[in-house]
Amino acid sequence: MSEGTLYDKVWDRHTVTRLPTGQDQLFVGLHLVHEVTSPQAFGMLKERGQEVAFPKRTHATVDHIVPTGNRDRPYRDEAAESMMAELEENVRGSGIEFSDPDSGNQGIVHVIGPEQGLTQPGMTIVCGDSHTSTHGAFGALAFGIGTSQIRDVLATGCVAMEKQKVRKIEVTGELGEGVTAKDVILTIIGKLGTDGGVGHVYEYAGEAIESLGMEGRMSICNMSIEGGARAGYVNPDETTYEWLKQTDAFADDPEEFERLKPYWESIRTDEDAEYDDVVTIDGSAIEPTVTWGTTPGQTAGITEPIPDPDDLPEEDRDTARRAQKHMRVEPGDTMEGYDIDVAFLGSCTNARLKDLREAAAFVEGREVDDDVRAMVVPGSQRVRDAAEAEGIDEVFKDAGFDWREPGCSMCLGMNDDQLVGDEASASSSNRNFVGRQGSKDGRTVLMSPIMVAAAAVTGEVTDVREMEEVATV
Amino acid sequence: MSSPEFSDGEAPAEKVTEVSGTGIPVRGNDIDTDQIIPARFMKVVTFDGLGQFSFFDQRFDDDDNEKDHPFNEEKYRGANVLVVNANFGCGSSREHAPQALMRWGIDAVVGESFAEIFAGNCLALGVPTVTADQEEIEALQDYVETNPDAEVDIDVAAETITYGDTVIDATVHDAQRKALVEGVWDTTALMGANEGAVRETARSLPYVPDDHIPEDEA
Repeated sequence: MSEGTLYDKVWDRHTVTRLPTGQDQLFVGLHLVHEVTSPQAFGMLKERGQEVAFPKRTHATVDHIVPTGNRDRPYRDEAAESMMAELEENVRGSGIEFSDPDSGNQGIVHVIGPEQGLTQPGMTIVCGDSHTSTHGAFGALAFGIGTSQIRDVLATGCVAMEKQKVRKIEVTGELGEGVTAKDVILTIIGKLGTDGGVGHVYEYAGEAIESLGMEGRMSICNMSIEGGARAGYVNPDETTYEWLKQTDAFADDPEEFERLKPYWESIRTDEDAEYDDVVTIDGSAIEPTVTWGTTPGQTAGITEPIPDPDDLPEEDRDTARRAQKHMRVEPGDTMEGYDIDVAFLGSCTNARLKDLREAAAFVEGREVDDDVRAMVVPGSQRVRDAAEAEGIDEVFKDAGFDWREPGCSMCLGMNDDQLVGDEASASSSNRNFVGRQGSKDGRTVLMSPIMVAAAAVTGEVTDVREMEEVATV
Repeated sequence: MSSPEFSDGEAPAEKVTEVSGTGIPVRGNDIDTDQIIPARFMKVVTFDGLGQFSFFDQRFDDDDNEKDHPFNEEKYRGANVLVVNANFGCGSSREHAPQALMRWGIDAVVGESFAEIFAGNCLALGVPTVTADQEEIEALQDYVETNPDAEVDIDVAAETITYGDTVIDATVHDAQRKALVEGVWDTTALMGANEGAVRETARSLPYVPDDHIPEDEA
């Protein structure tokens, strides 16, 4: 059993009582709500004649189904319109604050929480979305829940959970040129497997993690769930506090910041904390990393060969064979040179301002390949506005990218942004499951934003490090 | 206990001590929730009618012709015990996945291992997720394939799966077993009973302002 970790401390501070099932009843500090997983929960609440217990600890936005093109109401897609209308009615009737498209604050739920300062260290944060683990980047205990659990949280302000084990993942050393947080997390999942984290919470630590900004830490925590870990976190530090100071929560209230800081410091993992498990990864050895298959654990460094299924552990062989057939890749080849049709820069993993800045810096003065349709979907309206103020939108548009409105978009293809037929995409999102991007024959290669930018320009999966050299000649 | 925020008046949830019926095998590791129910079928505000979309893209081609999939096979019609392999239900938190399976007619899922959120979502619906070793699961899948009409019995309390002359030592996660066997898997009612303690916990947290905590009605 772990002891003295941030997880232990935050868990203890939020435990209401032990339930007869053996689970703990945890108070939820922040409940984030979106349109896809919440309507049934509100429906169940209504059926039971209950009201939302803690509306002021709840915040809603619309992201999954929202169009990223024409947003005039009613939406052209009737199903999307009805989901939006349902959400509006549910949140307004309950006194829940709603970052809707008219507010200028709308965006992907895991982008807007951190940017508005809703997400803070030492909180418990839940949302009906598995990528809620993102918020762990701030030293919060954050995890995805199902719709029945959303009902629990709406009705009681609590969630029933069992405590899990804590695995420390220490990424040592300095990341190389062209290597980003995305490459780190793809490498971690590749090493530990898509179910390696089941039953665990991941604490990310070490020099390579601590030197990352908040955006990078969010990308890493975001994909904890792809490694089977329901939650992942980074201990709060000065980088965290600098971000928080700029948010709505504290920008005009430095006293509140100072008042809460001792709490944030108090929940940091102790020096002599005990973990259930420690894994060390050499960060300096990580290359730009991409997926070759149809799970986020099927990854390879850009210069590494795609593995032969026969060389994999027995339980992984069938999945690998099916994945290689679907992706049309051969063992022994590298992913470099894999033809792509679509470049998608977006999602809760990688659509923050820093991601767009880095990709734009690469794209500037270059052009999207003629055979590629490329799109940028900013993570939120604030990200979009900030990017436009810097002229980043023009850089992308000049290069041939489509510059769109914020939402989940082609990460999961619930709006019009979808792969068609067997198109292959270079995607900065988090899942390469078959059918994930809207076409069951579609092929997704996950990678970092700058790698997406490089692939957009060349029309194939490309080692961004080689491109950078060309650019500076 | 009469505050409107927490009023429940729920009848205790049903006890789920055993599930019996015929089996249906769906083979493969890492079957994710996008395969169980593609996202495009989630543009709905209720779970009604989701059953027909279970494994939809595995079952139909672009022209809506049936593909080879156990969920299309006549011999498994009426089956209620789904037998799967490792890391079943990985991916998203969508409760639509177990909802679709339940509405298809699945009352229990047996497998090598399950993704955590998926298993939790199943529990919230009173659907046990029972695990056993790889060899035992594969043997059960083979058996069900050749004996689609034979009964498979899951004893949740005793943690066994019985088919033909075989009894498998299975595992039902402690908290899940207790919840199902004692009929306390409706956590809304369970937690709603502790409203006073919830407020106390909320008040003890420095980041929760007083005016975010509903007032006592004492």
